[in-house]
Amino acid sequence: MKKIKTLVLFCLLALTTVLCACTDDKAKNSGSITIGIAQDIDDSLDPHKMVAAGTKEIFFNVFEGLVKPDSNGNIVPAVAESVEVSEDKLCYTFKLRNGIKFHDGNAVTIEDLEYSINKFAGRDGGEPVSSAFLNVSEVNVISDDTIEIRLASADPAFLSYLASVEAAIIPKSNATPDTVCIGTGPYKYVSRSPLQNVVFERFDEYWGEGGDIKNVTFKICTNADTIAMELEGGTIDMCIHLTKGQKMQLDKENFTIYEGTMNLVQALYLNHSFEPFNDVNVRQAMNYVCDAQEIMDYVSDGAGSKIGTSIYPSFGKYFDESLTSVYDVNVDKAKELMAKSAYPDGFDMTITVPSNYEQHVDTALVLKNQLALIGINASIEKVDWDTWINDVYLGRNYESTVIGVDAANLSANALLSRFTSEAGDNFTNYNNPAYDEAFNNAVNATDDETATKYFKECARILNSDAANVYIQDLPDFVAINKKFEGYSFYPLYVLDLTKIKTVK
Amino acid sequence: MGKYIIKKFILLIITLIITSFVIFLIFELVPGDPVMDKLGTRATPEAVAALREKWGLNQPFLLRYFKFLLGIFTLDFGTSYTYGISVASLLKEKIIINLCMSLMALAIVILISFPLGVYTAKHTGGLSDKIISPLNQAAMSIPSFVLGLLITFLFGIVLRWFRPGGYVSYKTDFFGFLYYLIFPSFALAIPKIAMCIRLLKGNILEEASKDYSITAYARGNNTTGLLYRHVLKNAVMPTVTFIGMIAADMICSGIVIEQVFSVPGLGQILINSISTRDFPVVEAEVLMIALFIMVISFITDVIHVIIDPRVRI
Repeated sequence: MKKIKTLVLFCLLALTTVLCACTDDKAKNSGSITIGIAQDIDDSLDPHKMVAAGTKEIFFNVFEGLVKPDSNGNIVPAVAESVEVSEDKLCYTFKLRNGIKFHDGNAVTIEDLEYSINKFAGRDGGEPVSSAFLNVSEVNVISDDTIEIRLASADPAFLSYLASVEAAIIPKSNATPDTVCIGTGPYKYVSRSPLQNVVFERFDEYWGEGGDIKNVTFKICTNADTIAMELEGGTIDMCIHLTKGQKMQLDKENFTIYEGTMNLVQALYLNHSFEPFNDVNVRQAMNYVCDAQEIMDYVSDGAGSKIGTSIYPSFGKYFDESLTSVYDVNVDKAKELMAKSAYPDGFDMTITVPSNYEQHVDTALVLKNQLALIGINASIEKVDWDTWINDVYLGRNYESTVIGVDAANLSANALLSRFTSEAGDNFTNYNNPAYDEAFNNAVNATDDETATKYFKECARILNSDAANVYIQDLPDFVAINKKFEGYSFYPLYVLDLTKIKTVK
Repeated sequence: MGKYIIKKFILLIITLIITSFVIFLIFELVPGDPVMDKLGTRATPEAVAALREKWGLNQPFLLRYFKFLLGIFTLDFGTSYTYGISVASLLKEKIIINLCMSLMALAIVILISFPLGVYTAKHTGGLSDKIISPLNQAAMSIPSFVLGLLITFLFGIVLRWFRPGGYVSYKTDFFGFLYYLIFPSFALAIPKIAMCIRLLKGNILEEASKDYSITAYARGNNTTGLLYRHVLKNAVMPTVTFIGMIAADMICSGIVIEQVFSVPGLGQILINSISTRDFPVVEAEVLMIALFIMVISFITDVIHVIIDPRVRI
């Protein structure tokens, strides 16, 4: 009898263990979420060819570089387990993470690393994803799990270039990265359908903590007017980059609204080749008369952050708070400066704005009224996005424009290089030898401290020279159905799915 | 009949060639560049030049146009710049969506407006006429997209008969797909129903006051017999023409309604392709719409022959 009792007890124990294992297994969430995004994902699936900020924003979950940014703007190891930088800052040695796998189940090898680095740095005969990688002089495989990258000249921002989706590690065996999407991130790509959706699924063999929600569908919602209705109706659970108007339509009972910033430098960019704008008095007068706070009140209910120069607050150490108050509104001073300039009676100008960005169009409307106070008669010309790219950005055939400029990576370089006189993307035709010198000093600095000092100097020059009328880093609203929680903003244009969890 | 078809066919080809040329020309003249759209603002000049070469955008305008025309005749519309897949496969699903939506809307128009039109004509001045006529007036004056928003709000948010934006592909759930399309179809159909009722009623009343109707009355026909045997046949002709026009218009109105109901149809892809300068897609789609409209007008003509033996084509 005792034997039977023991046997039953043992069986029960075994059963409990098995069942426990089952429940434990089921504890991994099998839920799904649908996230509304405003633009279609029509880019190449090759991370090294991705162009649109909106594409990279969500593929941040699929691809990882040797290192990646975290939500505080720090650079943390990803595919590489650790990184060592030599004393002369010219050699970076990466150790491959042990046991890391691609989405197709294959282990990441040192050959994949070598192949990827050569591919995105343009060393395989193709184009580098960023001119910063032209600085790579050698890529050497040291052992089965160690690889080193040598630079021609020291660059304190080198790791931040490696932390972008454009510098992702992809398998060498994938012959068609354009259409077959394999990465190492916490989510794997499943499918996409033009103008309908993009589907991701949690990658259960991810090396890190990974995501909570199993299935993620990004629904393309091109019609801004129906987004709030779709949220309320339950077709989408979450939506990023909402406008003030959309946010206000939502029922606070059902949605959590997160407020952050878009990580853009929104400004009235001035074409310095256009006659009145080559006069510093005119530019300063315009800065004194333009009230960023009034614009924020009108465009986004007072939300947003003042900037004062071409650096936005999430850039942390490069951002100089004091620059935001240099041009506090002072109409008398503005009038004085105008009187000193060659245009005491004001002049006519055109603000060209891309019509698809409601915030920029609204900003231009407020600016028009503010500029009228000092006799500047601004007219607004709305153009479609492709025309804007062609005429304003590439053709530099415009007088002024309102736009938000973003950063490709977390180095100040990404925001400041375009104002050097020789830069190919210097669409404002800004030309200041003092700026060029400070910028060169920053780029050639061997230590981070000196680089930061000179980058801040650059930012100060842009401010004191009133290169443009700097306005704000636009506010960004994210709405999530209360069934979910845990969105977090990044200092870059990134949506991290692993932070989102189902409310138990 | 054979001669007529040949004539129509030649006309169709000429129309399509003119349309395609106009679109080609417009795309040549407007600013913007598909290459820049694809590569983004940080593209190097070398990459831009390479892609331009790949897409053949360096060739002279007329040469490109003739190459394109040649493609059409071999039913090859090329590859979408934006998506990198063939235009035909890109548009296939969209065509099915719009065709289903338009056909459903058309069926709704015919099924509702004919009986109601005849009924109100028969009971002019009665209570039903007094109720239907003002409703009709209201339905006619509300644009489809406003109606779309009202329908979404009432049936989607308040009554929860459908989930706004909850479109499902016909590949995953065909009946769910049809069910979802009922709502945009009604938004498309309601203003047209109102117009049809009014037109049909007017025509019936006009025909009924003509000499032949009075004669038929004199010969002892009752109102119902007269209406169905004599008057309706004549009164229905202008309505058939009108329905042909509606069918063509459904595709165009559909572009707006799609946006309201978030249906990923031809309209969304057309607007998107125009803004990204995805020329092959725009060209193929506009040609298809032109073709569709011509085919509808042809079908309308044939129906005329069937209804009215006096008409010869």
